[in-house]
Amino acid sequence: MSSAPSAPLHLAVALDGTGWHPASWREPASRPRELFTARYWAGLVTEAERGLLDLVTIEDGLGLQSSHFLEPDDRTDQVRGRLDAVLTAARVAPLTRHIGLVPTAVVTHTEPFHLSKAIATLDHVSSGRAGVRVQITARPHEAAHFGRRTIEPIDAYDSPAAQDLVTDLFDEAADYTEVLRRLWDSWEDGAEIRDAATGRFIDRDRLHPIDFEGRRFSVRGPSITPRPPQGQPVVTALGHQTVPYRLIARQADIGYVTAHDPGQARAIVAEIRAEQEAAGRAGEPLHVFGDVVVFLDETERAARDRLSRLDTAAGSPYESDAPVFTGTPAQLADLLQELQAAGLSGFRLRPAVLGHDLPALTRGLVPELQHRGAFRRAYEADTLRGLLGFARPANRYATTAA
Amino acid sequence: MSKPQKQIHLAAHFPGVNNTTVWSDPRAGSHIDFGSFTHFARTAERAKFDFLFLAEGLRLREHAGEIYDLDVVGRPDTFTVLAALAAVTEHLGLTGTINSTFNEPYEVARQFASLDHLTEGRAAWNVVTSWDAFTGENFRRGGFLPQEERYTRAAEFLATAHELFDSWRGDEILADPATGTFLGDAKAGAFVHSGRHFDIQGRFNVPRSPQGRPVIFQAGDSDEGREFAASDADAIFSRYATLEEGQAFYADVKRRLARYGRRPEQLKILPAATFALGDTDAEAEELAREVRRQQVSGATALRHLEFVWNRDLSAYDPDGPLPDIDPLVSDGHIAEGRAQVRMYRDPLATAREWRERAAAHGWSIRDLVINTGNRQNFVGSPETIARSIDALVQADAADGFILVPHLTPGGLDAFADRVVPLLQERGVFRTEYEGPTLRHHLGLEHPDGSGAARAA
Repeated sequence: MSSAPSAPLHLAVALDGTGWHPASWREPASRPRELFTARYWAGLVTEAERGLLDLVTIEDGLGLQSSHFLEPDDRTDQVRGRLDAVLTAARVAPLTRHIGLVPTAVVTHTEPFHLSKAIATLDHVSSGRAGVRVQITARPHEAAHFGRRTIEPIDAYDSPAAQDLVTDLFDEAADYTEVLRRLWDSWEDGAEIRDAATGRFIDRDRLHPIDFEGRRFSVRGPSITPRPPQGQPVVTALGHQTVPYRLIARQADIGYVTAHDPGQARAIVAEIRAEQEAAGRAGEPLHVFGDVVVFLDETERAARDRLSRLDTAAGSPYESDAPVFTGTPAQLADLLQELQAAGLSGFRLRPAVLGHDLPALTRGLVPELQHRGAFRRAYEADTLRGLLGFARPANRYATTAA
Repeated sequence: MSKPQKQIHLAAHFPGVNNTTVWSDPRAGSHIDFGSFTHFARTAERAKFDFLFLAEGLRLREHAGEIYDLDVVGRPDTFTVLAALAAVTEHLGLTGTINSTFNEPYEVARQFASLDHLTEGRAAWNVVTSWDAFTGENFRRGGFLPQEERYTRAAEFLATAHELFDSWRGDEILADPATGTFLGDAKAGAFVHSGRHFDIQGRFNVPRSPQGRPVIFQAGDSDEGREFAASDADAIFSRYATLEEGQAFYADVKRRLARYGRRPEQLKILPAATFALGDTDAEAEELAREVRRQQVSGATALRHLEFVWNRDLSAYDPDGPLPDIDPLVSDGHIAEGRAQVRMYRDPLATAREWRERAAAHGWSIRDLVINTGNRQNFVGSPETIARSIDALVQADAADGFILVPHLTPGGLDAFADRVVPLLQERGVFRTEYEGPTLRHHLGLEHPDGSGAARAA
């Protein structure tokens, strides 16, 4: 049994449809006909909050889901269709009080100015609990939904053409994220002065153009939305290799990685820290969370049986980029603590069946971790940054003494 | 036979970035904190209003190259606030202005379809356009659009969004665990659009929403704008809250509907209107004067004059006479990002007229602006205001009004408590919501070809 680690462990849950297994919607605990209602999402997020989790992420995409990574399919036996994740997060914000809300946003075809004010506003409506997961898309058919640029199909991910494309899209994502962050800082705190004596509502000297000039776009600024409560909402990204690790190292507050064992976890963390140093961010707080797909039951056997039942329904064995865990809360706690000892500071758990595995996490895993002294027993902060142990950042444009 | 009484539609515009909003009043709260939006929305819902309306801005207004600092500056994101407001209201329609120039149809259609799901059928879109490079500097697209293409792009944008909304019929999601069929149609959401402004194809990924499509609003006043509204909109925001102007606008726009095979009741005409409410008419008159002076400080009056003169007038005394120099006529304008600029198409004539009026009345610069600018549309006791609103609607000057209070967030409270009950007593305003969706409130048909009441 592992001893209690010195640093607290952070827990996130990744919400997607009825869960991460493609046959999850067929389980009795799922409510697939309610997927497009606010009630459904409110239920999931309040359950995660009951478990004192740091945050939820909400998956999104600019195309219909597909069982192929880069192409559409015409399958009718899996969940298809999804609501905009930022709006879903905003819809549940007033119904929750502590949990962080981290919608996914695709940065390849959208406008950073719009996303910046949307996430700043999510932070305002949630009193400081907003984050965002930035995601690229290399899918040609999603580019065709916008018609502004053509993305050439790639065959193999490790081909030079694919690497060039992915590098290009991630560089653009880094620029995009830089614009988000500059726009959040483009209003200094206290810029709204309401000085009745001079009739000035704002002190315009505390508002700043960002004048971003990138390879693909430029943005003038300042934002139309005042600086959000957290100053900087929490930026997150998922990565599987060096190119996205570089985005995480340059621009993110949390990177999600898919380490399959402690050795791999150590290597990934080392690579991200090295990139962080290269980017001049050494020593700045950056969490590396491990993603794990979770089938959680009272016995290991029950979890394995459930996986095989779902695989039978799906017609093929489940595959994931992340490690797939089947077992009990105590076994999962062991695994997480082992990976934590290898350098991960938290986990983003992907429930295989949300209706089953999310309550299993909040009511099984969380008490187990609490019992080991490894997880909070009450929310210790009002903001997502606070829960993650981050300070409120200074404003890069601030010229006036705080 | 006497004409049946028309039912009035009422909506509320959240007070924000305009010189109507009085921020210096001690009762004025934040225009950013969600608590302000909650208070305002709940008041509107308590009063059984049709909807709440949020405007949008995509670049901070500037004056002489500097950010304009005399009015409220800054606002939250429209979509995000509306989605959050859905959690604290049950019936109120949630209408947002979203620019069609600096967005793409796939993205906006999925945001509105999502909002309509998340509000259970209460979403509406005020489609606006932009062409200016000033706003474009904040976007990848830049300020690329020639002005004459504003409405052709907007019309194609809206048509494309409708194709996306209509790409799901509404019966595709079977989610039948027994057969393992989630989707009843392998091609749900398929679309192809090929046009001058958009050439896109693929699969739309939001299933059909409760209202089928969000309710569409339009706000332009030009001939092209009126035509766009007559062909494509469910409601139009107008500026004409008076009897004669209102009737002329109403008749003109309703007449245009026939050209598109539409009936007059398929387009609601809703002017924006301000109000000053007092215990008595005399008290309301006094309040209206007071509010007007709060809205127009000396500095505000000078800046307002600069919109017309298009030059720096800071050397002038706002309590002194109008400048005797003429406006500067040039391509560049001292004020950028402001709608008011368009109101003064002939600045030389406006300046001449204002000088004459000021001289005739002995008005200072500030007096002139106070007396020529936006006056409150409805001034009086609750009885007077209820009677005026009803009279304008029954006389076909409007189908209702979008009220623009001058205080955030409490500016609607007294209206809800004191005027609405009188309209209800007159039998011209609902006492309960008739149905769950905004289409029900506005008496609009569901786009699937049946009456709104069907969806109840």
